[in-house]
Amino acid sequence: MSGGVLVVGGSVGGIRTARALRNEGYAGAVTVVEAEPHLPYDKPPLSKVPLDGDAHVPLLTAAEARELDIELRLGAVAIEVRAQANQLALADGTVLDYDELVIATGAAARPSPWSGPGIHVLRTLADARALRESLHGAGRLLVVGAGFIGAEVASLARKQGIDVTIVDPAPVPMARIVGTELGERLSDLHRVHGVEAKFGTTVSALDCVDDSLRATLSDGSEFPVDAVVVGIGAVLELGWLESSGLTLDDGVVCDEYGRTLDFANIHAVGDISKWYQPRLGTSARVEHWTNAVEQANTVAHNIVHSDDLLAHDPVAYVWSDQYDWKIQLFGTRDVAADPLVVEQSDPLRLAAIWQDSEGRAIGGFTVNWPKASVQLRRTIAAGGPADAVHAQLSVPAVKR
Amino acid sequence: MAILKANLELCQGYANCVVAADDVYDMDDDGLVVLLKTRVDESDRQRVETAAKSCPANALWLEEE
Repeated sequence: MSGGVLVVGGSVGGIRTARALRNEGYAGAVTVVEAEPHLPYDKPPLSKVPLDGDAHVPLLTAAEARELDIELRLGAVAIEVRAQANQLALADGTVLDYDELVIATGAAARPSPWSGPGIHVLRTLADARALRESLHGAGRLLVVGAGFIGAEVASLARKQGIDVTIVDPAPVPMARIVGTELGERLSDLHRVHGVEAKFGTTVSALDCVDDSLRATLSDGSEFPVDAVVVGIGAVLELGWLESSGLTLDDGVVCDEYGRTLDFANIHAVGDISKWYQPRLGTSARVEHWTNAVEQANTVAHNIVHSDDLLAHDPVAYVWSDQYDWKIQLFGTRDVAADPLVVEQSDPLRLAAIWQDSEGRAIGGFTVNWPKASVQLRRTIAAGGPADAVHAQLSVPAVKR
Repeated sequence: MAILKANLELCQGYANCVVAADDVYDMDDDGLVVLLKTRVDESDRQRVETAAKSCPANALWLEEE
């Protein structure tokens, strides 16, 4: 096998790296190794496309792969990086040579503690299709975990008229993301839309009796459900990299250019990567779509222009669609501190701004207000003052 | 020369384009993208295209003139 760039992982980080290499004019071989059998697809739609729609949103079609001369090896599982030999071993015995390796295998759903028909996690296209099949004609859904995935699935199910119960061990599940006060607003959002929200509550048992599921909760309630979604976070699969000699510490540790600390021709992007972030002064993983795209562009540039390295210093950005709220979150938020808040009604719009001890904006949260989100992201990126952006956003509120 | 296109039906107001190239993309009060220019010179193409491809909703693309 000839070398070129070998990308392990065909989700957004890997595919965007491959595409960006061509955009940068890279002329060598580009190969993407992906364990799943499907053509590359985007993950955010899996929990956002309506339940009666097709959740498959392609990242790279077969025609585009041909046109861009990107070789896709689907259903191929990478099992070992032999960094000294510049080789990647696959489960089927194939050994691939590379000049540059990009690790982009992402994260996996934290496994459900229960298993059985109708019990789902949601991370892959297969998960999304199985869930949609279970929910077809379903009367009642139990959602375990009220993070982004759980909240989005609850929201989609309500739109189809399915009864939903959502449980989470935290009394205010979103408090760790946006603080208690705004977290309560997000809890209420479930209730306003007719979801039975039981927070500070856990699942005691899920029993499968005569092909039907029965849930027992820690508050003593017991009821039949047609399907269960377990959205309790993500886990990394790093075991296959243990023999590689790469520095692993809750992720593949990289510098701000996306290069691993150990081999200049091995890079990592997306959820599995842990880049040094100059803004934060530390290494951190960022499990967001936009960050994966930005890292992919950075790594592709740095592979092609190794004499002109670009650093990536992100302002974290994530969005979530919950009922009639379009939520956007930025930067870092000290959830123990009270943010500056601007709120308008009819229609509801909200922006919250967190600041550091010197008054610089460091984090933000908006509801149904993309224009405010642009101002917030810019201000945070520039280290601008929180009170000034708060005042700017407050002006139209007075006019309305 | 290429022409920049936007599908406002797809735009979700994620604003990655505006953050990437605010001389080309802006956002209106309803959270929809506004193209400040649509004719893209070859010299500027890569930057404008990278911003277009940062759209999570695939609402932006370039067409050959």
